[in-house]
Amino acid sequence: MIEFLQQLINGLAQGSIYALIALGYTMVFGVLRFINFAHGDVFMLGAFAGLYTAPSLLKLCGGGPSFPGAAAVLLAAMLICAVIGILIEKLCYRPLRDRPRLTVLITAIGVSLFLENAGQYAFGADPQSFPEIITDRALEIPESWGALSALTLTVGQLLVFGVTFFLLIGLRAIVRHTRTGMAMRALSFNPVAASLMGVNTDVVISFTFGLGSALAGAAGILTSIQQPSIDPLMGINIGLKAFVAAVLGGIGNIPGAALGGILIGLLEALVVGYINPSYRDAIVFGVLILILLVKPSGLLGKPEREKV
Amino acid sequence: MIERTKILLLVAVLASAAISLFAGQINPYYYDILISIGINIILATSLNLVNGYTGQFSLGHAGFMAAGAYGSAWLSLAFGYVLGTSAAGTTTMFVLALTTGGLIAALAGLAVGIPSLRLRGDYLAIVTLGFNEIIKGVIQNAEPLGAQRGLGGMGQHTNFFWTFALAALTVYVVLNLVHSTYGSGFLAVRDDEIAAEAMGINTTKYKVLAFVIGAFFAGVAGGLYAHFKQFIHPEGFNFLRSVDIVVMVILGGMGSTAGVILAAILLTILPEGLRALAHQPWLPDSLRPIAENRMILYSLLLIILMITRPQGLFGGPGLKRRKA
Repeated sequence: MIEFLQQLINGLAQGSIYALIALGYTMVFGVLRFINFAHGDVFMLGAFAGLYTAPSLLKLCGGGPSFPGAAAVLLAAMLICAVIGILIEKLCYRPLRDRPRLTVLITAIGVSLFLENAGQYAFGADPQSFPEIITDRALEIPESWGALSALTLTVGQLLVFGVTFFLLIGLRAIVRHTRTGMAMRALSFNPVAASLMGVNTDVVISFTFGLGSALAGAAGILTSIQQPSIDPLMGINIGLKAFVAAVLGGIGNIPGAALGGILIGLLEALVVGYINPSYRDAIVFGVLILILLVKPSGLLGKPEREKV
Repeated sequence: MIERTKILLLVAVLASAAISLFAGQINPYYYDILISIGINIILATSLNLVNGYTGQFSLGHAGFMAAGAYGSAWLSLAFGYVLGTSAAGTTTMFVLALTTGGLIAALAGLAVGIPSLRLRGDYLAIVTLGFNEIIKGVIQNAEPLGAQRGLGGMGQHTNFFWTFALAALTVYVVLNLVHSTYGSGFLAVRDDEIAAEAMGINTTKYKVLAFVIGAFFAGVAGGLYAHFKQFIHPEGFNFLRSVDIVVMVILGGMGSTAGVILAAILLTILPEGLRALAHQPWLPDSLRPIAENRMILYSLLLIILMITRPQGLFGGPGLKRRKA
């Protein structure tokens, strides 16, 4: 039982990361109807943004690892990623706005490969250790909790839960209660009608890319504080899994992406804990194929009718 | 058309047999590149049937190649002794191994083709990518196939003749198929699936058929690869290998066999040329890694090509029209 709970905690932590990345896939799909293949690599850039900004930001916040320092690094990475996301859209996807979706997909694959390989060139291909922006240690669970005190919960995991929760609430507020959020929803509902009603499509699309990329940047930092090293190819696998999560929840559906991410994280943890770690990837992709066959609109998505 | 291609096939097979006689005199390094070119032509031409002519964007061709490579290698290793060590015996065994590899890959193609009935565009791309990962994952966990260690010890049966005769056969089959009355169904599915269905074309059958035939030849290419390198490893058939093949098809022009063959040749030589360039003394040190990592150039090529010339270097207007 304790082992099961432990797997749930681990799965929930990993699932929160997937959820943050999946949100970017789903929001971009909502407004542009295409899969931004390069999104996983923006997550990688977030981790590297943290690597390069951490030393000076930590010094500003008083030296060693601390909460304000970690928050500053997190914000810096989110900002840098937002700018990168907006730039990618402007340079690579905007010229293709009216082209077939396949052309855009191939471009996105190109952007993804470019970021991975240019990353290897710029940052070096070898894994680098991420600076300690917060001391990641196991929390003491008091004896009085009985059997539960055998659980391991780390500061990093707690931070992941907290930041993810906060970001999800913030995103919900932006999407539901701001004018830009309303424009985003209008655009994903009907692009033509939205632009007829005075929605500035370009601005809203840029904003969506910025928002999604900022979340991916946050996920990059949250992942890096928990694992020993980062490398330029770290975004491929996590990006694909997050995409599966977005499809599982129903692509284009924001709560769906969060739900899908957490479910995929839990599934992975259970596979690792009870079946065989080396089947983890294959099972996640099996879930993708299954969901596309059985309910392509995802758990929370609405079926979309294709118009001739 | 049919007659002419038949003659061309015959000429190509005879030419590869003739050149094969002199294979011993070719510098081993160039020989290696030549065989890679042949294998890549098979891979790119067969993927072109799926991606170019049928318009089903597949991102998992390396998975089929892996199925064929492991299938044929396993047969060679397990039953290679049955037919003896005579020239006729080993050749028969080799052909059997290649066919088995192709058939196993075709089965995998069937498995991927069936979900493709319900999916299109980007979804299909992701599912094929997923299948690639699943095939890789299964191999990585299969002890009889060497799991993570890779599989080695197959005889080097692949030679110039087999590689290029099979490449010619692949081109022949694909060209004849899509230019036949029967095969115009592939083009119809690509051009407008809904209209094709309304005209009474069984789009399901054509999509699955494209996957099965494409996968079969990818499997044969995998068998050739396994019996040339004599060592295969699951990581050799990963997503990036699939991308390599897709880049060939896109660069050549989806739906243009001549273009795709040219692109396969070009993109096999290019990394070698770049590697040679990386060792030139006059090249600034900072540019050396770029020359050694072909993917930086490939990815830029993809992006620029899609923005300026989405039909590929040699392709006709295949990718225009529909704004879906």
